[in-house]
Amino acid sequence: MDAETKKVVYDPLVDNNPITLQILGICSALAVTTTLAASLLMCLALTVVVACSNASISMIRQHVPSSIRIIVQMTIIASLVIVVDQLLKAFAYDIAKTLSVFVGLIITNCIVLGRAEAFAMKNPPMISMFDGLGNGLGYSLVLIIVGTVRELFGSGTLLGYTILPSVNDGGWYYTNGLMLLPPSAFFIIGLMIWGIRSWKAAQVEQPDFEIQKKHHSEVV
Amino acid sequence: MEGYISLFVKAIFIENLALSFFLGMCTFLAVSKQIGTAIGLGAAVVLVQAITVPANNLIFQYLLNDGALAWMGLPEVDLSFLGLICYIGVIAAMVQILEMVLDKYFPALYNALGVFLPLITVNCAILGGSLFMVERDYNFSESVVYGVGSGAGWALAITALAGIREKLKYSDVPEGLQGLGITFITAGLMSLGFMAFSGIQL
Repeated sequence: MDAETKKVVYDPLVDNNPITLQILGICSALAVTTTLAASLLMCLALTVVVACSNASISMIRQHVPSSIRIIVQMTIIASLVIVVDQLLKAFAYDIAKTLSVFVGLIITNCIVLGRAEAFAMKNPPMISMFDGLGNGLGYSLVLIIVGTVRELFGSGTLLGYTILPSVNDGGWYYTNGLMLLPPSAFFIIGLMIWGIRSWKAAQVEQPDFEIQKKHHSEVV
Repeated sequence: MEGYISLFVKAIFIENLALSFFLGMCTFLAVSKQIGTAIGLGAAVVLVQAITVPANNLIFQYLLNDGALAWMGLPEVDLSFLGLICYIGVIAAMVQILEMVLDKYFPALYNALGVFLPLITVNCAILGGSLFMVERDYNFSESVVYGVGSGAGWALAITALAGIREKLKYSDVPEGLQGLGITFITAGLMSLGFMAFSGIQL
């Protein structure tokens, strides 16, 4: 891999993460992360779709008139998602059931369309595929962290294996029910963004309205 | 009648698309800085949702469902795997038509909605509404009620978040949590609040 490819693949992991910086693809990151297994499957499905859609859109980018490009992109993405959806239903039916409508919603997952618009329409197929792969992995990284935290503290298991024996099964760990409920995903991602931005100060957003330093010190 | 009212209330509060299913989150977080734009976007979503969910319901019932093509003399055909591509096509087309109609007959509303109208095509709340309608097997009149209700719930949520964010501008948020971080945590607290509705049986 040359330097440019490496940059395209590794950049979206932390420096330009689709979820924590670009605000793309948040819906599914929040909704499917109650168990690690579901998160992993979702990551796999999304990464495959982004990589393939980026590659195929990039291949035809010079032949698509710009006025109808969105609908062309949607058609390609929708076809890929149908393939993934049918495969999941055939080989991983139980988990596909828990993902419910969210596999279908990969179509409107902004990561896919966002990367097609921003990258694949301007770059050759190979590098576009790597860009899709990188963004898929950046998304997966967030999903796996959130999924691990929620399953471990919410039910004391990982991938269904008991890690922290819960009180109900005669162990010592009181399961944290909040982790299994939807709001916890917001908190975990919010805190993750805080962590990443404390580490990479360049990502901090400028406040719209600053409290005067003098006033601030008086209050404190 | 009672069934429809309870479905409507359920779609707005108990099964709020934004706060309990996390649909349309990207726009929800990105376009909620001002109350005015949030209301405009909310209104557009209600409108589009009220048209596309029933339209997709008709397509599902009469073209795609298992055995739906019986009226054509093809009772064994099951086209339900084509669902996704049809729904997104309908949504994209409806948004386009709506844009042209509004531009011609209701220019004031068209200008108020502005750039948000085309953006709705890729709002997952819209496609999610159609997919939930299929998953839960609503009939036509139920799908009309569900479309309006779920759109109204999403509009309510984004307006409320915009209100909170306008106030939040003046608070002293730690560096690094500013902007997106605090918005996530605010949305989390709101969703915790909306969970209070979940015990309600209608």
